[in-house]
Amino acid sequence: MLEIHKGSLDVEEILARWYNQIKDKNYGAFIPFVGVVRDEFGIDGLSFDIYEPILNSWFDAWQEKAKQENTILFMAHSLGDVPNHTSSYISAVVSPQRKAALRIINDFVEDFKANAPIWKYDLKNGARIYAKSRSLPLSGAGLLADKEDKDA
Amino acid sequence: MAKIEFLGPINKDSFEIEIDRLDKLKEIFAEDKELQEWLSICAVAVNDQIVDSLDIKISTGDKISLLPPVCGG
Repeated sequence: MLEIHKGSLDVEEILARWYNQIKDKNYGAFIPFVGVVRDEFGIDGLSFDIYEPILNSWFDAWQEKAKQENTILFMAHSLGDVPNHTSSYISAVVSPQRKAALRIINDFVEDFKANAPIWKYDLKNGARIYAKSRSLPLSGAGLLADKEDKDA
Repeated sequence: MAKIEFLGPINKDSFEIEIDRLDKLKEIFAEDKELQEWLSICAVAVNDQIVDSLDIKISTGDKISLLPPVCGG
């Protein structure tokens, strides 16, 4: 299940709701990861843009892969502004087995960082600044560049 | 006409253009000075599928998206 929320995530509500959905389904492990915005680089918070069509297909492919191991994935992400010390990202894996769940949540979050079409901005002194140096190019980046630019 | 859209931090309005192959877009973008800094770091999607080749036929109603480097979470 994939959820997009405007602003900070309500961590208690989301985790409780997910837990209540699965607690009587005989899964042995529920492993959530909660990302909290840190006060660093002098920022007041972060802000996010999301391209939902590709995010949805990326998540559906992961859900299908997880299903083959009798595992379920949950993810919630913020859209727009998220102040310091609040949450912008939660994911969770539900599995009969702890070891599989720990492996899958790690692989899932790594792949999320590399491939989910989400753009991060620092909120600083009233400005919204693209976090370019912390961002990763997607697979195939540079396809439309001139050869010299691509190699530069 | 195909629709070209610029996602995330690229500050550019979407527009429509008459092209029959994706590689034509490279020639058109070569003249856009403001876009040059983005082209070397952007991935390209056709109808919401990221592509790894410019050898793709474009039809009326297709959507071509430019996706800058990402950082979720």
